[in-house]
Amino acid sequence: MTNGYHIVVCGSIVPDPLQTLEPLPTPSGPALKNEMMLPAILDPWAAHALYEAADLAARVAGSKVWLVSVGPKAKLQQVMMTIAQRVSFEFVPVDSSASGFADAHATAVVLAETIQHISGLDGSRLLVFGGWESASRGAGATMQLVGERLSILDQFQGVDKLNVQADGSFEVLERIEGGRHQVSTCLGPPVLLGWATGDLPEPRNNPQVGMANMRTVMPALQRAKSVPLPAAGLHYLSASPPKQQRQTRVVKDLTPEQIAHEIAEWIGK
Amino acid sequence: MAQSILFLAHVSEAGGTLPKAAHEVLGAALKLKEQTGSRLTIGLIGENVEPAAETIAGCSAERILGVTGPDVATARYASDAAAAEALCRAAAADLILAPATSRFMRVLAGVAHRLNGCVDTHVTSLDVVNVELCATRWYYRQRIEGVIRRDGRPWIVLLESGCSAAWAGVAARATIEKIPVTLPEAARRTVVTGIRAPKSDAQTIRPDAGLLFVAGAGWTKKQADGKPHVDQAETLILDFLRASGASLGGSKSLVDQSGESQAVLRFMTHLNQVGQTGSTPRHPKGLSTCCHGEEPHVVGWRFINERRAVNLDPNCGWARGKADVLYVADAFEVMAKLNALLLEKSHPKLEPAAQLA
Repeated sequence: MTNGYHIVVCGSIVPDPLQTLEPLPTPSGPALKNEMMLPAILDPWAAHALYEAADLAARVAGSKVWLVSVGPKAKLQQVMMTIAQRVSFEFVPVDSSASGFADAHATAVVLAETIQHISGLDGSRLLVFGGWESASRGAGATMQLVGERLSILDQFQGVDKLNVQADGSFEVLERIEGGRHQVSTCLGPPVLLGWATGDLPEPRNNPQVGMANMRTVMPALQRAKSVPLPAAGLHYLSASPPKQQRQTRVVKDLTPEQIAHEIAEWIGK
Repeated sequence: MAQSILFLAHVSEAGGTLPKAAHEVLGAALKLKEQTGSRLTIGLIGENVEPAAETIAGCSAERILGVTGPDVATARYASDAAAAEALCRAAAADLILAPATSRFMRVLAGVAHRLNGCVDTHVTSLDVVNVELCATRWYYRQRIEGVIRRDGRPWIVLLESGCSAAWAGVAARATIEKIPVTLPEAARRTVVTGIRAPKSDAQTIRPDAGLLFVAGAGWTKKQADGKPHVDQAETLILDFLRASGASLGGSKSLVDQSGESQAVLRFMTHLNQVGQTGSTPRHPKGLSTCCHGEEPHVVGWRFINERRAVNLDPNCGWARGKADVLYVADAFEVMAKLNALLLEKSHPKLEPAAQLA
């Protein structure tokens, strides 16, 4: 691969996992209470996809990374303050709902159309990255729908490793049952990869990268089109947090031996 | 309301049988068929589906369809999508039920697009409410449970394992209608070359185990003597896994250490991670050690029925209604005693009389 890859990462935002989430009914379906007030982060698996994309782009000369994010403009701006300091990318925001209750089909239409309109994108060098599931809807369906809309037949989900071989082909490791990986080889782009955690650490914040990214992030946010997400025949009958609260027995006065006996008995039941 | 149901399955890796999850989905499909008076068709994918088809031919399906051959011997998106699409079109079903295996999770959303239908994954139950079919699934990583219905058809539903009773009828002779699928050359750009197990001394992830054992970052921290004892922690954990047959999970903070050049448990990988950005395994019991039980981790315990924890902090997350029992103790000491007990149980000492004999 001499010309490099065009890597488009699809990644939205989710509420910080430490926040308490409370669903509320609205005329258009469920929503989160105080959703716009909740601190947000880049979706964790999508963040791994972005770090892998940046790492690959850094290793293959001529490559470029775009980050396509669907979410409320104000929240995207907040999250970019952090993410933009980690790796280099061109930001392509879409001002819309990032709710987990939005339909994957509707989100996929917006993502695919946005990717198709990226200026200068070369489909023969295209790698579409994303998280294999979001931490909001958690469907593991959006990326496949995007891939179908882009006519990409080589799709991989739960990816932990992408190796570029000497002949330009890819070796891909996908998670399967039992803590194992399926190993595949693919001739090359275009491909779509839904990433699991990969094997890269979170990059450190680099203010210089942040400065460079923010020159394009802010104008992109200002230009971001507002797009409604239709329900497309999806109806919610209810949305509620789990009710189960356990009555925890806190045991402080047993010796390790007594505890071991109790656990062994419990395991054996 | 569904007029026609397609139960879609693929043969297991070994061939000849269906995955356990498929039998559970067949159980759910038959229950729904009874409730709604729908017709049931079976669709199977695999190099050779006949042995697997015979194991379920005793159910009351009207037809058994199959896409077979070397092109669908392995789990590849392009060929699996073509095979599943062909089966769905041949069955002309309104509702397509399939197990949420990695093979189908990869491909069925794309098939829904090709059929101009819709898809829902990780569904935990299907119920008929007011003559409408409703699906239950979790949102925000098991923190909100939603019940949905859809207008669009065909509706592809991938059911989670462990949520329905498995069909357990007798085997019978199967008559399979083979559905031809011709793959374009573009669908052969990917070749599945094998399966790779994670680098570890032993297989530590056991989906069918009765117990989930979770290790937290505390195992690698400084102990009472001011030093970490990672080697001892590894031995204790591996001994316990061997003696109990448990599946190993880890907290994010522990598995992340491998990428941060800290002392690590060598057999612990991101595949073991349980929680918001990890897995949500299903086991009847779970034992947590050296883990604080914070919410992002505990959401991965949603489907663990009985939960116990060992931690030095009596005010950790487990104490706040997340575990049934919290033992405030040093996990190193408890696990050493527990391993000795389990070893004793598996190799009981000879009674004096027996020794004499």
